[in-house]
Amino acid sequence: MSHSAPSLFDKAIIVPAIGEACRKLNPRLMLKNPVMFVTQVGAVLTTSAIFTSSADRCFVVQLAVWLWFTVLFANFAEAVAEGRGKAQADSLRKARKDTQARRQRGGKEDLVAANMLEMGDLVVCETGDVIPADGDVIEGIASVDEAAITGESAPVIRESGGDRSAVTGGTRVLSDRIVIKITSERGNTFLDRMIAMVEGATRQKTPNEIALTILLSALTLIFLLVCLTLKPFGSYAGIEFSTPVLVALLVCLIPTTIGGLLSAIGISGIDRLIRRNVMATSGRAVEAAGDIDVLMLDKTGTITIGNRMASDFVPAPGVSELELADAAQLASLADETPEGRSIVILAKAKFNIRARDLLQQHASFVPFTAQTRMSGVDLEGRSVRKGAAESITQWVRQHGGIYPSEVGQAVTAACNAGRTPLVVADGHRVLGVVELKDVVKGGIKERFAQLRSMGIRTVMITGDNPLTAAAIAAEAGVDDFMAQATPEDKLKRIRLEQAAGHLVAMTGDGTNDAPALAQADVGVAMNTGTQAAREAGNMVDLDSNPTKLIEIVEIGKQLLMTRGSLTTFSIANDVAKYFAIIPAMLMVTFPAMAALNVMKLGSPQSAILSAIIFNALIIVALIPLALKGVPYRPLGAVAVLRRNLLIYGLGGLVIPFIGIKAIDLVITTLNFA
Amino acid sequence: MRPTDWLQLGLFIGILAAITKPLGIYLTQVLDPAGKTWLDPVLRPLEKLTYRLMGVNPWREHGWKGYTFAMLLFSAVGVLFTYAILRLQHLLPLNPQGLPALSPALAFNTAVSFTTNTNWQSYSGESTLSYFSQMVALTIHNFTSAAVGIAVAAALVRGIARHSAATLGNFWVDLIRSTYYLLLPICLVFAVFLVSQGMIQNFKPYDTAKLVEPITLPVGTIDAAGKPSTEPQTITGQTIAQGPMASQAAIKMLGTNGGGFTNANAAHPFENPTPLSNFMQMLAILAIGSGLTWYLGKTTNNQAHGWSVWAVMMILFVTGVLTCWWAEAHGNPIHQAMGVVAADGNMEGKELRFGIFNSSLFATVTTAASCGAVNSMHDSFTPIGGLVPLFMIELGEVVIGGVGAGLYGMLVFVVLAVFIAGLMVGRTPEYLGKKIHAFDVKMAMLALLVLTASILGFSAWAAASAWGRAGLNNAGPHGFSEILYAYSSCTGNNGSAFAGLTATPADGDSHYNVTLALAMLIGRFLMIIPVMALAGSLVKKNIAPPSAGTFPVAGSTFAILLLGTVLLVGALNFLPALALGPIVEHFLMLHEKLF
Repeated sequence: MSHSAPSLFDKAIIVPAIGEACRKLNPRLMLKNPVMFVTQVGAVLTTSAIFTSSADRCFVVQLAVWLWFTVLFANFAEAVAEGRGKAQADSLRKARKDTQARRQRGGKEDLVAANMLEMGDLVVCETGDVIPADGDVIEGIASVDEAAITGESAPVIRESGGDRSAVTGGTRVLSDRIVIKITSERGNTFLDRMIAMVEGATRQKTPNEIALTILLSALTLIFLLVCLTLKPFGSYAGIEFSTPVLVALLVCLIPTTIGGLLSAIGISGIDRLIRRNVMATSGRAVEAAGDIDVLMLDKTGTITIGNRMASDFVPAPGVSELELADAAQLASLADETPEGRSIVILAKAKFNIRARDLLQQHASFVPFTAQTRMSGVDLEGRSVRKGAAESITQWVRQHGGIYPSEVGQAVTAACNAGRTPLVVADGHRVLGVVELKDVVKGGIKERFAQLRSMGIRTVMITGDNPLTAAAIAAEAGVDDFMAQATPEDKLKRIRLEQAAGHLVAMTGDGTNDAPALAQADVGVAMNTGTQAAREAGNMVDLDSNPTKLIEIVEIGKQLLMTRGSLTTFSIANDVAKYFAIIPAMLMVTFPAMAALNVMKLGSPQSAILSAIIFNALIIVALIPLALKGVPYRPLGAVAVLRRNLLIYGLGGLVIPFIGIKAIDLVITTLNFA
Repeated sequence: MRPTDWLQLGLFIGILAAITKPLGIYLTQVLDPAGKTWLDPVLRPLEKLTYRLMGVNPWREHGWKGYTFAMLLFSAVGVLFTYAILRLQHLLPLNPQGLPALSPALAFNTAVSFTTNTNWQSYSGESTLSYFSQMVALTIHNFTSAAVGIAVAAALVRGIARHSAATLGNFWVDLIRSTYYLLLPICLVFAVFLVSQGMIQNFKPYDTAKLVEPITLPVGTIDAAGKPSTEPQTITGQTIAQGPMASQAAIKMLGTNGGGFTNANAAHPFENPTPLSNFMQMLAILAIGSGLTWYLGKTTNNQAHGWSVWAVMMILFVTGVLTCWWAEAHGNPIHQAMGVVAADGNMEGKELRFGIFNSSLFATVTTAASCGAVNSMHDSFTPIGGLVPLFMIELGEVVIGGVGAGLYGMLVFVVLAVFIAGLMVGRTPEYLGKKIHAFDVKMAMLALLVLTASILGFSAWAAASAWGRAGLNNAGPHGFSEILYAYSSCTGNNGSAFAGLTATPADGDSHYNVTLALAMLIGRFLMIIPVMALAGSLVKKNIAPPSAGTFPVAGSTFAILLLGTVLLVGALNFLPALALGPIVEHFLMLHEKLF
């Protein structure tokens, strides 16, 4: 899957969308969108009026054409949004080829079609096999190519037990043999859901969308009443309003702009998530993301870069810092762990100590073991070790040395500052302490500040002790932290926040994260995680990048903002349309009403046509905005409201005046009406 | 537009602003069953006794359905009670004029009218109703219908303020406490004040005065063959109505009822004797509605929100006053060109003792507040001057509005404003921490839809029907305005009339009386039911704690938003109809055509 959004004018999407827009004219499909359905009925009535009405036929024909365009433009917007998803669905579908599964049953193995598998079945997969359905690895370890769903070509390891046991149907085993227990029902695998999601096939209206549809339908009903009653009001005043004119007024007043773009906005919101490689199980989850006001973030990988880094050398009394750095570097040269490498880097940065070829010095590397809890190197009679304070203390005493109390103090001080001390010894001599610290990601503090200004609180979750946690929390600028957090603590905390009225988002990967993921309003499971975690959350991040939670919240907010802005714009448009159409409707009978024709439109007919044309064209003009979303800025609610109100509220009042006047000029010049 | 008038406008708004908080504080105590007032020593025993007699446990609260059911039951009994009295008027006491019983349609219309706090009067009080009918059948409703409005507003405000709860209060307690602690004591004092200004309060039969200069008028008669004709008749004497006016006038203003004791309502010298009584009556109309916005702020613990709502109401109000005043002060250019009237404005249909400004202000106050008392003929205003009262009603009676009704009407717009614009901050819209979902939007839009449907639907029916056109005094757009005004007034539970519309014609056609009564019922109860459902839905919700991401419901941005919603969503629907009425009339007037 590609990360980049296709161009808005991609031919491969636009051309089929035109056909799709016509197909969507089916009244049964249109009924789902009451606003556009009313428009379509209006278009039908106007079309029939071409033959029955006594009004100027040329005018009615043009009106009918533009009414149909209004409906088609709205359908086109939806079709384009869907088209962008379909392209992705097609590539996913290739992964769902009919595969054969080696099912184990009662000690025997038989070959069945993948779609015959049931939940709980055991399946064997070996090198080259496509995994037939979602499941958990219960035996073995394998490297798996998940490019089909994640787009990431590097293989991942999947093994039984632990947090990396989940496999996805449609991915391919590259090496070794695993036994998988199927955890998904037929036709409801992750891949199936993903395809349905990008295609919008199972797209259900989200709560906000339902509420908005109700508002728009009620407004439509109100304007229907306004236009229907205008007929008797007119005949009282001696004016016979023709059906096409009343339809034109109705279509201009009902919120066609937002009505026509509403579903496109929703689809493209989900689309934006998918482009960031996040799969939401429902549109509801995307919307909920916008409402989040508490983010529970795992420290490692989100707030700090994965590993600790050496930051300081604290030499023991009588030892120079250079000597300590030299020994520490020596002890770390063969150490391939990130911590080890960071010591080498620090030694080079501080004292320009270069890497030495250990083999030439007849060195032998002593690797870290759980028993010794230290690592180091033996060369030319020297045994340099680095490790946890207790281990080194023991080592030094065994070699007849003493452990200076100053080093003990340095160790305590480092712990208090939230750092991890490594003590370095050369034989019986303690040389000093290397401090390792968590490195907070660049820019994360600013990001949290932005979130705070938007009213979102961040809670850092870590297994560290409270001291370490507090130090990192202060450095990263989170609002709160949970130290030595267990999955149960997380669950408890989420419930507590929710009881206080907050909406909580979190990420997780382990099976024991599952309850918390399920409890959270937005639970983002890492794709590398267990099947249980992936089932429990309402989103899966295919890149397994916990930082993405912040982006998810932003996408949710942007989705809601786009809807609200276009609704406001649509409703505000009515003022100008009234000023175009009402004088036009009355001017023939009451020439005095010309005073209300503030836009000085050419003729009553050109006024009505201009309003209808503007109404149709504005839908097309706003398709890019609907698909891309309104520009998102991390500001507080008051600032965002003021800004959007100014752009879409005031803009919605003013733009149609300009637009209708411009169209009128064109129409009048071309003599269309 | 004289400086003294500006001064008076400033004084009026200043005093209104000043009494808002004290009244709000008092309301907060009254609307709390355990609230303390300095009237407790006198009224507490009476209150307890009333509960005992009615079998009400004041500490048992209702959910929204129970509350609504109690309110509907109470109102239904009220309609039947009044209907019965009006139909049996000739048999009942305190009827010195020997007035007959009312026709079924008129009795139904009147019973509904007073129960719904509309006080539309399809009759002339002094020539139709006995003192008993006025005091027992009608004045009771002036109190209780106002109290019902306050109760519903209190229930909605509680629904907004409480969280994770199920109940909205006890209807009977709200009803009784509002009546006993708020309306009765203030009315008592106010009535005494009005008497001090020269308003009458007696049970005497009508007086007859001998005219200094007898006048001759053509009087219409119908001869034996049923043919109408007119013959001149010389009038030498005038009947002067008497009665307990002060007691009814006090509550008619305070409770935004508006039903006059006499047909001339507050234009009658007995019902509104002095400029001071006029000023105080206008203040009384807006007082409780204004205080309720403070109660909203207090109860929801967001006083800035209460004041913001008040400010929006006042912006709309002042704009209305200025427009109406400007139109009336500029008068009718045609008349001025002919030299028929002085250039100081349109004095047609206005009392000299009130003049242009006080008539315009009164007209705006009474329609902004769904009161409906009048001290001038709205029908005789210039087209734009008459548009203002009509528009005030069609805004949904939310500019201060009827006691209680104005607040809950405005809160419906607040919910809609929050919903429409709330999405723009990138969250599910929330009002004071409560998320607005589909059901809430449905109920808010239903309330709006009902009002629009009633006003436009009935007006269309009347405009298209022979019975509708028969009742009109004026032709053309002005006649249409009369119809539109009548149904707007009844649906908005205002009750003022554009006059010129004969709802009870001599031929006994009951279309107007019945449809207007239906409009009143729809405008009252079909609005209250969704409002209560909204309250019931809101009360259950949890409150999200405020943060920087919370949608602001106070301050200028919110005020502009609310203003925009009231105008765009609420009032714009009536623009086409208004264009065919007062707007076209205005432009025709500028082109020297009158109706």
